[in-house]
Amino acid sequence: MTEPIVSIRNVEKKFPGGVIAVDNVSIDIAQNEFFALLGPSGCGKTTLLRMISGLETPTSGQIMIGNEDMALTPPNKRPTNMVFQSYAVFPHMTVAQNVGYGLKVTGVEQSEIKRRVAEALEMVKLSALAERKPDQMSGGQRQRVALARALVKRPKVLLLDEPLSALDAKLRDGMRLELTRLQETVGITFIIVTHDQDEALSMASRIAVMDKGAVQQIATPAELYEHPKSRFVADFIGKVNLIDAKVLSQKGKAITCEAKGLGRVEVSSDKQVGGGVAIAVRPEKLRITKTEPKSSAIRLQGTVRDVAYFGDTSHVLIEGKDGLDLSVNVQNETRSGGAGVERGQSVWVHWAPEDSIILTE
Amino acid sequence: MAAQLKPGQGPLDYGSRLWLKILFGAIFFLLYTPIVTLVAFSFNTDKRGIVWRGFTLDNYVKAWNNDALIEAMVNSLVIAFFATIIATFLGALVALMLWRFRFPFKAGYEGFMALPIVIPEICMGVALLLFFSWTGMTTAVISTPWPFNLGNIIIAHVSFCFPFVAVVVRSRLVGFNRQLEEASKDLGASEWQTFWQIIVPYMKPGLIAGSLLAFTLSLDDFVITFFTSGPETVTFPVKVYSLVRRGVSPEINAASTVLIVITVVATVLAMKLQAPEKSGKG
Repeated sequence: MTEPIVSIRNVEKKFPGGVIAVDNVSIDIAQNEFFALLGPSGCGKTTLLRMISGLETPTSGQIMIGNEDMALTPPNKRPTNMVFQSYAVFPHMTVAQNVGYGLKVTGVEQSEIKRRVAEALEMVKLSALAERKPDQMSGGQRQRVALARALVKRPKVLLLDEPLSALDAKLRDGMRLELTRLQETVGITFIIVTHDQDEALSMASRIAVMDKGAVQQIATPAELYEHPKSRFVADFIGKVNLIDAKVLSQKGKAITCEAKGLGRVEVSSDKQVGGGVAIAVRPEKLRITKTEPKSSAIRLQGTVRDVAYFGDTSHVLIEGKDGLDLSVNVQNETRSGGAGVERGQSVWVHWAPEDSIILTE
Repeated sequence: MAAQLKPGQGPLDYGSRLWLKILFGAIFFLLYTPIVTLVAFSFNTDKRGIVWRGFTLDNYVKAWNNDALIEAMVNSLVIAFFATIIATFLGALVALMLWRFRFPFKAGYEGFMALPIVIPEICMGVALLLFFSWTGMTTAVISTPWPFNLGNIIIAHVSFCFPFVAVVVRSRLVGFNRQLEEASKDLGASEWQTFWQIIVPYMKPGLIAGSLLAFTLSLDDFVITFFTSGPETVTFPVKVYSLVRRGVSPEINAASTVLIVITVVATVLAMKLQAPEKSGKG
């Protein structure tokens, strides 16, 4: 990785009353990255973002932006700008005044302000509404104002706090594409906070998954999905079947273990493992057949408990031995076929051993 | 099957019940007849002002030419003007402090701040009178040239007007989105710039409503002014009172009508500006 633009080192935030919102977090974010902080609500991701912007001060640890320690720099002097969750568009100013505000208060020349405001409004496609007041605009338009207002300052880092959460589903998809497009054209590092895994997976180049104030894993979206490090990450990113297992023996990469509902199975792992583990497997990696498969796949016989139809896919819930439930995603490839199984039917579920992930944490 | 309600029989259809209509009519009659009479008789030609003899605008001309009355009116307006400015400034600062900061005994302070609103005016008048004479301000201030000799009355008016401003501005500030302040700082503004460019514009409707309220309160205050005014510093309500003791003349009706109009206009403006905005959350 090249020189990081934002470097967070051992940052901790304790709120009065003893609640630890952020617990010893260290992250390096590179120039031009689209970085996502992902986690359930209350995991400390927004607090971390606010500490980067300077609106909150860390209890201990260091935050560096562009190789400068930000400890003594107030928010108005930092090279960061934020898009707030409530947009925080100034209600008494027109769109153009809102966008120009950050330039005006820092003493940029009037003609320069005019030019840059026009440019920023062009970028977010709001040029036609420059003289409107915020109360005559929709939520999506107000968000664009907030975005233009932050981008017009040409920050080193743009911070976005749950930018899509207040938009309806259709608008959200459009805005998602637009944010990635914007990030590519302006070449500014984006740090986005979100609780929505789809949002993080589809937009970010790298994601930090947070839980209870601590970073669980930092990786690219594909790596997070296919190689999660812990049960929490596997469960939080997408859907997963988690099967408790006990390791019996390990020879190099090959592991033999006794899994709940499956009996003795052979899986592989790069790590040295022992004792209790979880075998994680994504629902779309599972196959359903009516007869026992002949391959070397991990298999299980069970009964179809439920079939949920989602249009493009069907989610099938299969109950096996020892109370092991597995969910399977089936592509509805033909118009007439559907999932091809019915409730109460006895079927076989199987998957390739290499699609299993061995989780120790 | 439930019996169908006829129109006008629902629990909230009170507008269509006869006895309620009569009650409403009676209340409105009792409330507004004296005022309507006062206004009507300001156009009366009769000198005693008791019997209706015909329409004229002479009373307004006479009131306008009555130097003592005009002087009192000017005094009242000057007092109201300065009292409003000072009360608005103080009230706004109090509102900001109560909204923004946490400090020991805040609840107690808030109660004390609102005391002039609930305290009987007569008590406040006596208290201020005693205060001014003990400190020697009565004689000191009254001997200064106009308009400085109105100082005591202005101070007295400020002391009962500013809590009203504080209450109005405070209730406006409650709806302020703190993220606006953060956004302003994040965009590079200092605390001071944020205050003047974001917080003050947000407070503005509250400031205008509060100051209009203070203006009307000051303009028509009688009790407190009566205790704190000197022979040279008569205000309009005090002057009217002294004239009425020598018998009602239509001039007073005319002047009072003017005062009613000023007060009503100011109050309507204040209420309009204080009304919550229909949309436009930050």
